Amino acid sequence: MNLPELQNKLIAAARLKPPDDRVPYAFEKRIMAQLAARAAADHRMFWARGLWRAAAACVAVAVVFGAVSLFLPATPDNGNDLSQDFENTLLASADLPDNSAP
Amino acid sequence: MEQSEAELIAAVLKGDSASFEPLVVKYSPRVFSTARRYARRESEIEDIVQEVWLKAFGKLKTFRGEAPFEHWLMRLAVRTCYDFLRGHQRNRISSFSEISEPEEDWLEHFVAEPSHAAEDADAAKMLIDRVLEKLSPEARLVIQLLEIEDRSVKEIAEITGWSVPLVKVRAFRARGEMRKILARMTQDKYL
Repeated sequence: MNLPELQNKLIAAARLKPPDDRVPYAFEKRIMAQLAARAAADHRMFWARGLWRAAAACVAVAVVFGAVSLFLPATPDNGNDLSQDFENTLLASADLPDNSAP
Repeated sequence: MEQSEAELIAAVLKGDSASFEPLVVKYSPRVFSTARRYARRESEIEDIVQEVWLKAFGKLKTFRGEAPFEHWLMRLAVRTCYDFLRGHQRNRISSFSEISEPEEDWLEHFVAEPSHAAEDADAAKMLIDRVLEKLSPEARLVIQLLEIEDRSVKEIAEITGWSVPLVKVRAFRARGEMRKILARMTQDKYL
């Protein structure tokens, strides 16, 4: 069997019969519909991606502040208790002796 | 008034995607013809062409207008076909037992009288399609572009993105691979 000749014959056969260039009916409409669907999906993806990034940033900030509040040494209590001060101010009038009484 | 190709591309880049449709209409026959060189089933061919157009739309920003749009598009089409071949590699491993009767007749005719076997016979075309299907994706691409489409090594390097020496090496290997397939095919049938 003459393989090089067979190879040449078969390649010549392929050259002689180029594939046809027929296009299915309304193929361009299909492509344009695909592009439109893709654009809509891209729009949704844009927002979804943005929101996920924002959520991730919020979680990171919360983690950082949580870590800071956990690991920073607590401020020494020097008697300035805000809640106690607030209570004293609010009830100051009630604690005062009533001088107007006869 | 009909817009020129450059105007259509500029309009698409500005956001008017409807301007892409005339380009699809104009070049789809060429893209289909290219895809039919690498895939057999019509559904696969349509998928390839669709992929080419979606890629073309997405990558249109990279088209600089130095070469004709058709060249840029055909490069994209060939690369998409090559990706398709690589994705369907396992389909090519099969025996030659499924050769049809006309193909077998043509081969017998060739064995008996090599110079009289007609190159324009449908059986010869079917046979070469069968042989091409059995080649590796690289070999098939090189044989197709170099031997069948008669392109130069430099052109193939531009289309595929391979270097010129790599194209030459792959062409050498592809011819060897093809000869081995032909030897196996004829051994299966005539030994």
